[in-house]
Formats: sequence, structure tokens, C-alpha cells
Amino acid sequence: MESYPQLVPLVILIPLVGMLINLFAGSRLGGRWPGIIGSTAALLSFGVSVLLYLYLQNNYWQAVVVNPPLLDGWLRLPSVGLEIPFQMRVDTLSVTMMLVVTGVGSLIHIYAIGYMLGDARYARFFAYFNLFLVFMLVLVTGNNFLMMFVGWEGVGLCSYLLIGFWFDKAKGEGWKNSNAARKAMIVNRIGDFGLLMGIFLIFWTFGTLDYYRPGEIANVPLTQEVAHEAELAAAEKAEAGAVEAEGEAAAEGEAAAEGEAHAAPLFVYTDNDHIATEQLGVFGQAERFIKKGGHEVAFGPFSLPFETVLVLITLFMLVGATGKSAQIPLFIWLPDAMAGPTPVSALIHAATMVTAGVYMMVRSNVFYYNAELTSFIVALVGATTAIMAGFIAIGQWDIKRVLAYSTISQLGFMVAAVGIGAYSAAMFHLVTHAFFKALLFLGSGSVIHGVEHGAHATHEHIDPQDMRNMGGLRRAMPVTFWTYLIGTLALAGIFPLAGFWSKDEILADAWLRGLFGETLSQQLAGYLSLGILIAAAGFTAFYMWRQIEMVFFGQPRTAAAEHAHESGPVMTWPLIALAVLSVVGGFMNVPKHVLGLDGLFGAHRFTFWLEHSVAKAHAAEFQPLIALGALGLALVAIFAARAVYGGGKAVVRKTHDPLEVNPSTGLVWGLAHGRLYWDELYFRLFENPFNRLGQFLADTLDWAFWHDYFHNTVIGKGFNAIGQFLSRPFDLGIVDGVVNGLGRLTQGAAGALRRIQTGYVRTYAVTVMLGVVVVIVILLLPMLQNS
Amino acid sequence: MPEVSSAVSLTSVMLFIPIVGLIILLFLREDTQREAIKYSALATSLLTFAASVLLWLGFNTSQPGLQFAQRGEWITSLNISYYVGVDGLSLLLVMLTTFIMPLAILASFRTGVLEERGRQKLYYAFMLLLEFAMLGVFVAQDLFLFYIFWEVTLVPMYFLIGIWGAEQRIYAAVKFFLYTMAGSILMLLAVLFVGTQAGTFAVPDIIAGVQNGTINFPFDGIFSTQSFLFLGFLIAFAIKVPIWPLHSWLPDAHVQAPTAGSVILAGVLLKLGTYGIVRFCLPMFPEASVAWAPVVAALAVIGIIYGAWVSYAQTDVKKLVAYSSVSHLGFVVLGIFALNQQGIAGAILQMVNHGISTGGLFLMVGMLYERRHTKALNAFGGIWKVLPVFGGISLVITLSSMGLPGLNGFVGEFTILLGSFGSQYLGFFFTLFATIGVILAAVYMLYMFQKVFMGELDKEENKNLPALHWQELAVLVPIVILIFWIGLQPGVFFSSMDASVNQLVTQVTDVAASVALR
Repeated sequence: MESYPQLVPLVILIPLVGMLINLFAGSRLGGRWPGIIGSTAALLSFGVSVLLYLYLQNNYWQAVVVNPPLLDGWLRLPSVGLEIPFQMRVDTLSVTMMLVVTGVGSLIHIYAIGYMLGDARYARFFAYFNLFLVFMLVLVTGNNFLMMFVGWEGVGLCSYLLIGFWFDKAKGEGWKNSNAARKAMIVNRIGDFGLLMGIFLIFWTFGTLDYYRPGEIANVPLTQEVAHEAELAAAEKAEAGAVEAEGEAAAEGEAAAEGEAHAAPLFVYTDNDHIATEQLGVFGQAERFIKKGGHEVAFGPFSLPFETVLVLITLFMLVGATGKSAQIPLFIWLPDAMAGPTPVSALIHAATMVTAGVYMMVRSNVFYYNAELTSFIVALVGATTAIMAGFIAIGQWDIKRVLAYSTISQLGFMVAAVGIGAYSAAMFHLVTHAFFKALLFLGSGSVIHGVEHGAHATHEHIDPQDMRNMGGLRRAMPVTFWTYLIGTLALAGIFPLAGFWSKDEILADAWLRGLFGETLSQQLAGYLSLGILIAAAGFTAFYMWRQIEMVFFGQPRTAAAEHAHESGPVMTWPLIALAVLSVVGGFMNVPKHVLGLDGLFGAHRFTFWLEHSVAKAHAAEFQPLIALGALGLALVAIFAARAVYGGGKAVVRKTHDPLEVNPSTGLVWGLAHGRLYWDELYFRLFENPFNRLGQFLADTLDWAFWHDYFHNTVIGKGFNAIGQFLSRPFDLGIVDGVVNGLGRLTQGAAGALRRIQTGYVRTYAVTVMLGVVVVIVILLLPMLQNS
Repeated sequence: MPEVSSAVSLTSVMLFIPIVGLIILLFLREDTQREAIKYSALATSLLTFAASVLLWLGFNTSQPGLQFAQRGEWITSLNISYYVGVDGLSLLLVMLTTFIMPLAILASFRTGVLEERGRQKLYYAFMLLLEFAMLGVFVAQDLFLFYIFWEVTLVPMYFLIGIWGAEQRIYAAVKFFLYTMAGSILMLLAVLFVGTQAGTFAVPDIIAGVQNGTINFPFDGIFSTQSFLFLGFLIAFAIKVPIWPLHSWLPDAHVQAPTAGSVILAGVLLKLGTYGIVRFCLPMFPEASVAWAPVVAALAVIGIIYGAWVSYAQTDVKKLVAYSSVSHLGFVVLGIFALNQQGIAGAILQMVNHGISTGGLFLMVGMLYERRHTKALNAFGGIWKVLPVFGGISLVITLSSMGLPGLNGFVGEFTILLGSFGSQYLGFFFTLFATIGVILAAVYMLYMFQKVFMGELDKEENKNLPALHWQELAVLVPIVILIFWIGLQPGVFFSSMDASVNQLVTQVTDVAASVALR
């Protein structure tokens, strides 16, 4: 068990090998083999992640820093001590992410074996999918910001490749898909710009990019507590005479008991005070600077107070997060990204990649905790995004587009949680959201598959993703229906499913922040987030139930929907597995004193686990009022949706939404349907001016003016005139003689040039001649003087 | 300064291999021995590469000064000598040259215009002459010798463009020649002034003199002797790079040149300029370098954004790639004038990176042109589907050019930007605007990639393109390997230059600091 952390490079290496096999040999294997190889790689990687989990559970959750063999150094300039290694970190936060990425990832891989079958580039798909795992795992396992950035851009690349996976579809679809891919990558690059600037600031502030150095402790008070408890337990155990502790509640004691056996070196120091400031990672240094106070950072020509620098760093990083995690103002790429195959949407654009921004901010919780202005902005950005996207989702017809906006909205919840300092709640929601949103996307894929099959059988030409073409699918697709229902309820935050617990924790934290925030901006952020997020939660329940009604209830509205059938077991089993996770996932972090559940599952287990790497994580007390209020609102929204769309109403009006034709709601619904005209606004404000200015620069300024007018006319003619003037005396004799000689020398090759452009060559010859004369004169001058 | 031996060094051996090959070539017959001509040119360039690998292997990375140096008498009355050698600043660029040349020659085997216009012997002779001259520029340690090599590079490139170029080749060739010539004359004056003032043309001696104060180019502001000398060199180099706004020759030359010509132009010739700045401007004129750093860096940053923006608006693939060089070289110049280790080391590595990835892009454009006889962006679409391997390789090269982490371009760009951010002379805003160039790189590169390789395969002419020939693969695969190698293990490359770069930075900043004290 001691050497388990050394396995962490395998987490990345296994999918890499899977990727290479599929890239170079996949298409020759044929059949389902590429899918099986890809899924096996994901599963093996998951297995390693579980081993790492076990290691941490049994070693006081203390982080380990691992240098992978063969690749130890990366960017290295010894003369200035620049050293950025490929270094990996096994701690509770990174292992949480690894488990989510590889666990949910494996299920989606398995699902894709069935979903992508028959595609012309089946092997390529799994190569990209495994490559995505590689980069995502680089992102979460890295021990410095540059490795995070490698993964960050790498997952962006995979997202690009997979959104544009069907780049060659006929009837303009291919161009649309590849446009979506390009848009995603460019918008993400804008975010990457922010992250990059943040990294530069971090480097010149701290002189390193490492999160924590080996031997450093992220959360000192907690570690001291654990160490103390471990000592007590060990003493107790020694008295009791080596009786094995058993049972779930004794997990800590168990760990402590083992601790005695191999006397973990961690307990030599339970603080970082013995480490010099320069030897600390960025977060350790930041905490020390904050504690000391009055620290100034010098950047080349100017210097800034440390607190200001932190605000700058976190703001730039926020730009990065708004790109990757699809927040205002950079969220516009994510709805278009649905052009990719549905498993891609599930894995990349719902469960994992888009949460990278949240992971990044939670990883940097020490920075955000100490940057109050940024935290306020983060809370505002997250909450606004949550409600904005939730509102737009109500007006969409495309089953995947609804889920896309829902994802943006839920990411807004997580980001807002970061803004109000609820780092643990943000991660908790990240995990549960990965379960139920992956489930919903895979379910929608199953629905699309079913309707496509139906359309194929009935030769009907319909859009298989348009919910208006569905209806009544619960009979034809029972497994999909029941799992989708579970996913919907979990997302809507219905007790006791996973979403209830995680969403409630965010709301409770917001409430507490409003009540007990130390400053006005903290209180304001708390109350604002609370209000906006509760409203957003209402939207969530409404649009999800609208979807359930339109897709599964009522009567089939097309022949295709009538002839749809359930997907095969390779697709339904992952659905069932995710449904189970969506039901029980919330129990890993139940608050204290709720219906005795904490006695059953332990209170705030997830937060406790996370606290060892997220120094500023904390658990919120259960707030019955908030929980009941949110639950009640969700139920009301569901009933409202049922009232509007239920009872077969949608059947009658095939192409119009009941809210659209109702005069009192038509206008508002139109805004949601038009997606608040963000894309049009951006086109007018940025894209179009950018293109036109580019045209102007290229055609007018650079070409017509600078290239043609200035160079050809002003300089060219002027030069020619001088050349003509100077070459007149030489015209007949020397120059032509030289030129002819040159021409013969190169066997007439140059002659062809000369015949066409004699004037130029003459000028050139004169120039060279003059140059030579000058050289000779200057060279001879000193000699003449000397003699 | 230790005495440099006059015995023949490995540097000289490598330098003259292309000339030996050139002489052999002259004895072959154009009409009957065409294959022999091609393959002896290729063999010569490979041999040169092998010699440079020996240099690399024997290079002592902990030693900042010249290695494999040789100094022989030439024009003794003026202290002009045949003085060659390599150090950390030039080693990688020598390697780049010898690496690119075999690829350019091999790519010429399958270039239609050569069959069409003939004169293959002359063509390959010019290629070898060009290699000789470029290597000469990188290894010359005597200002006068350097100047001669610098001028000689012009001649073969002039003819390569003028004889085997596209429709407007004459115009492009003459413009290229005259433009560079104009800068060179300024440099020549500066070279002669420096040489006569210092009493020697040997660069290491001049730098040592500047360091210990025995040679003094007076500096008291931006209009002083040293400033004018600095500018004399800088303008010549800036035209070559090209630094905005002196780039007007570049789209003509790049677009009109035959594929191999563009590859060499972008791959190596542009770096003569940036290399010149590092080798001559900085250590010989440290005060002026410091004083002018913000100005040149500002031009570089404008070039980064301007080049990218103009590149995006092009409708011709080759022109798009050509303008991208303005943007990329802007990063290099920015890194140099950060005047710190990160900036300059990043700049040197980025010179290599740009040579590899933009060279690769021009090869890609050439291969497309051989198949479709057009370079118009909207003539393509969906090529990835017909040519999956080519599409994949092109993707890697495109991504390397736009600086994807894990590939070579990122390492250089990141180090440069890190350097410019922490520079005593530049700082936050230079980096902020330069980093916008990273976004724009994605804008124009992905636009190109989509227009050519993605989208629907909707044009009849594109549906039956021939797959890659093994010779084409042999050209592309080494590029891809290097893209990954530098991207994943840049430490090897950085360590080869670290000592020299460190010495250079100390030379510049020490003198500049002592001036500030005075």
C-alpha cells in the first residue's frame, strides 16, 4: 500500500496506450474492438484511481507528490533556477477528480461502444475519447499550474476534435459542426489567455508554479487534529491490546491503528513552520504573506501590494474559468458544442471537462479565499449564469440543447459556491452533477437513437433531437424512461436524490454567508446568490419536467416516435449504473442531524475527506428552512410544468409551445427561445467588427496602401529614377558587360530574368557595384593613410 | 581570451560539405544524370546534417564560450580573419539549418514546377550554395566574414524565387533582393565603423573589449554613436525578420517562391535576422539595446497582433501562412528584448520551433498545391476525409504552430512571455497584448485548418486526391517527431544554450547597470 501513489502515472499512461492502439491499429481491428480497448483502458485507469483512494483512506489523507519516471523535468533553465517539472499530486482533491473522470468516463465509454457502432470512424472516436481522458487526468493530477494548463488546453483540443467529429456530414451539417468546433476552441482560447496571464503573475509573485511542495501540509489545523486523534487512538489501542477496530464508524480509528504500525513520517511535523518561505509552494507562500501582512511584490519596473496581486491573479484565472466552465460572458460555445456525438456531450460537455474551471478555482481556494473582490465577482458571475441559462432552457426544442443550458446553469451553481467560499459544496455538486447530468445526456442519446431508428423504419425525415417529434416514449423505452426520470428528479433537487443534498449545501452556505459574512460584500454575495440560485433551481425543475412531459408522456407525435425502441444492454446498463449513483451519491456528504441519516452514512464525510487538500473547505450546518423552501419550490415548478405541458396538451400543438401561444407569456418565452440573443449581440459587437477590421487591415492598409502604394510607387519609382540616373554613364559598357557575363555564367538562366526585367537588373547591378566600391574604398583608406 | 587554434575544426568541415557537394554536382550532366543530381544533393545535405549531429554530441553545455572554433589569417592588415565556431546561441540554429535542408531537397523531388521549368542541376546547386551561406552566417565569428555570408544568402534565394517561382516571381525576387540589400548597406557601414574603431573584426574580441571598457562606443541617449551603430545592424536584421512594418517583401517572396524556397525562407532565412540581433546587437551595444528595448518590443507586439489579424483575412493558404510568420517572429523579437534569460532562451528555441512548424506548414501547402494546383482557401474542404494521414499530420503541425502545450510552439511562446512579463525593461502590458496573439493564433490557424481539412467534401475535384507518397511522408515524419520531442523534453534544448544565454544576459545587463550608476 505504501507504494500505491507511485502508480499515479499509470492513470494517464493506460488511456494513452489505449489511444495509440486505436489510432494506429484501431480500424484494422474491426468490430467492437476499438470500443472494447478504449473502455478497458478507462476501466483500468479507474481501478488505479480506486487504489489511490484506498491509499489515502489508510494514510491519514495525506498528499503525496510523485515524479513520473523518464519525464521528470520539463521546462528547465538552470541559470535562473526555472524548473517546472511534470510532477503529479495524489491528494484527496485530485483523487476525487480522478475517480469522477475515470469512473463516469468508463461508463460513458461503455455506452459509446453501442452508441457509436457503425460509424465510419469508430476507432478514431475511441482514440479521441481516450486522449481526452489523458489530458483531463493530466489536468487534475498535475502538481503545478503549468501541468494544469497542459491538460486544460489538451482537453480543449479533444473537445474541438470531438465536436467536429462529424465534420463531413452532408447538406451543410459538416460545415456547421466544424464551425461549432472552431468556435469552442477559440472561445476557450480567450479563457486560456486569462489563465496564462494568471500563471505569469503567479510565477513572478512566488517564483514557482507548484501548488504544494513535497512534505508541505495543505490544511494545518485539520492535520493537527487528526494527528492528535490518531495518537489518542493509538494509545487506546495499545491499552486494549491490539484488538482490531471494526465497523464503519471506526474508519478513523482504523486508519490510526494502522498508522502506529508504519509510523507515518507526517506526524513528525504537523505544520509548515519549519519550511523556509522560498521552499513552499504557491499556496503555502500565499498564506504566509497574508499572515505576515504588508508584503509587496515587485514586477520589473513596478510593484504592487500582495493583496492586489491576489485579486489580479484570481480575476485572470476567473476569465479562464468562464471559458472552460461556460460562464457569462464566455458560455456561448457550449450550446453549439452539442454538435458532437452524444457520449461526447455527456463526458466532456457535462460531467468532466466543463468542471475544470470549478476544479481550478477550488484548487486555488487559498487565493480566492483571500481575494474578497474576486470572490464577490465570482459569486455574481456564477449566480447570474445559473439563472440566465435556466431561463433559456425553458425555450428550447432540442433535447440536447435543453441539457446544455442546464449544464451551464448547474456550473453556475458551482461557480457561485466558490464565490461564497463554499469550496466543499462546489466540489460536492460537481460530483453529483457528473452522475445525473451524464445520466441525462446518455438518456437523451438513447432517446435520439430510438427516434432515429423509428425514422429509419418509417422513412420519415425529421430531426431526431427535436422534442416536438417525440412523445409517449415511456412505453417504448422503459429503462431509458425510468433512469431519465431519476436523473431529472436528482437534478431538480428532490429529496433524497443526490442533487438535493449538493444543491442544498450550496444554498445553506449562501444563507450562512449572508448571515455571518465578515464584510458587507460577503453578506451581499451570500444573500444575492441565495435568492438568485433558489429562483434558478425553480427554473431547473420546470424545464426538466417540461422535457419529461414532451419526450416520455402523452402520445407519440410522429411515426418515428411510435416506432422507437429501447436501446441495447450495452447502452442501458451504464444508464442504470448512473441512476443508482444519482440516487445514493448524495449520501456521501449528508449534513448533521437530518433524519438520522448522518448516523447511517456519517456526517459530512466528503467535506472531511476534501479538507485535507482544500485548506479553506468547511461544512455547512443543515438549514431546514432553506431546504424545505427549495424542495417546495421545485415541486411547485414540476406541477406547473405538468399543468402546462401535461395531459396531452403538447400533442395538439405540435410546433408551438403552450407558453408561446399564451399572450401573457409569449414575449418572455420568445426571449428564452431566442436564447436572449447573446449570439447576435456578440456577432455585432465583436465578430463582425473583428472580421471587417481584419479585411481592412489586410486589403486596404497592408496591401493597397503599404504594399502597392508605398513600396511600389513611392519607393520603387524613386529608386528606379535614381538607378536610371546613376546607370546612364555605365549603360553601354561596364554594366551590360557584367550582366552578360553573369548571364553566360549561369547558362542563360538568369538571362531569362534579365530579358524580362532589364531595368531592374541594371539597377541591382549598379547597387552592388556601388556597394563594392564603397567597401573597397573604406578598406583601402586606412592602408593609404598608413603608407 | 584564449588563443583560438587555426587547425581545421569540425565547424569548418561541416560548413564546406555543401560546397564539396556543389562541385560534384557541377560535373553531373543535366540531361542524363538527373537522378544522380537529386540524390547527390540529398546525400550532401544529409552528410552536413550528420556533421552537425557530431557537433551537437561533442558540445559541452556547461561552457558558455565558442566551441569547435577555428581562426585563420585572412586580411591581416585589417585584422579580418576566417573565424568560425559555435556556441549555445548558434548551435540550435545550425542544427535547424542542417535539419531543414534535406527535407527541402527531398520535398523538391516531387515538385511539379521543377519538371516543368527544368534546370534541375542549377536548382540543386543553388540549394547547396544557400545551405553553405546560411551555415556561414550562423558560424561566422568575424564581422566581415559574417557580412559576406549574409550577402551570399541573397543570391541563390534570388534565383530560386526568380526562376522556379510562381507567376509574379520576377517582381517578388527583385523586391526581396532590393529590400534586403537596402538594409545590408546600412549594416555594412556599421560593420566597417565598428571594425575600424575596435581595430578588429573578431566578434568575441569586440565583445570582450566592450565588457572591459577598452572598446567604447559612446552612448549618451538614443541619438548617439552607439545608437546609430545599433540601428545600423538592427534595421538590416529587422528587414530580414521581418519586424513590423518592414514586412512588405515577405508575402511576395513567400507566396511566389517554390515550396522548398518558402520552407527555407520561413524555416531558416528569417532567423538570420533574429539571430543577428542576439549575436551582434545585444552584446556589442548593450546600452543602446537597453534603451531601445521598449521601442523594438512595442513594434514586435504590434507585429504579433497585426500579423495574426492580417493573416486571418487572407483567402490564399500560402499567404495566410506567410503572414503568420510576422506574428510568430514578433514573439521571438519580444523575447530577445526582454533581455533576461527566460526571454532570450525562449526566443532562440522559438526560432527553431517556428522553423519546424512553419516550414511544415509550407510543406503542407506545397503538397496540397501539387494535388490541386491552387492555393485558394475555398477550393478545398473536407480534405481530411480523402487524405486521413495527411490530415492528421497537418493537424499536428497546425497545433504546434498555434502553440498547443505538449508540442514545441508552446514551450517557446510560454518561456518568451514569462520572460517579457518579468523583464526589467518591459513588463505587464507588453505581455498582456502579446498574449492576445495566442488567441489570434487559434483564430487564423483553425480557420485555415477548417477551410482546408474539415467541412463537407463538396467539391468534385477534391474527391480523388492521391494519397501521400512515401517521399512526402519521409519529409513530414521527422517534423512531427521533432514537434513532439521539443514539446515534451525542451530541457535538452534549453540546456544546450543555457550557459551562453546566461553569459549574454550578464554582458548586456552588467554594462547597462554600470551606465545607470554613472
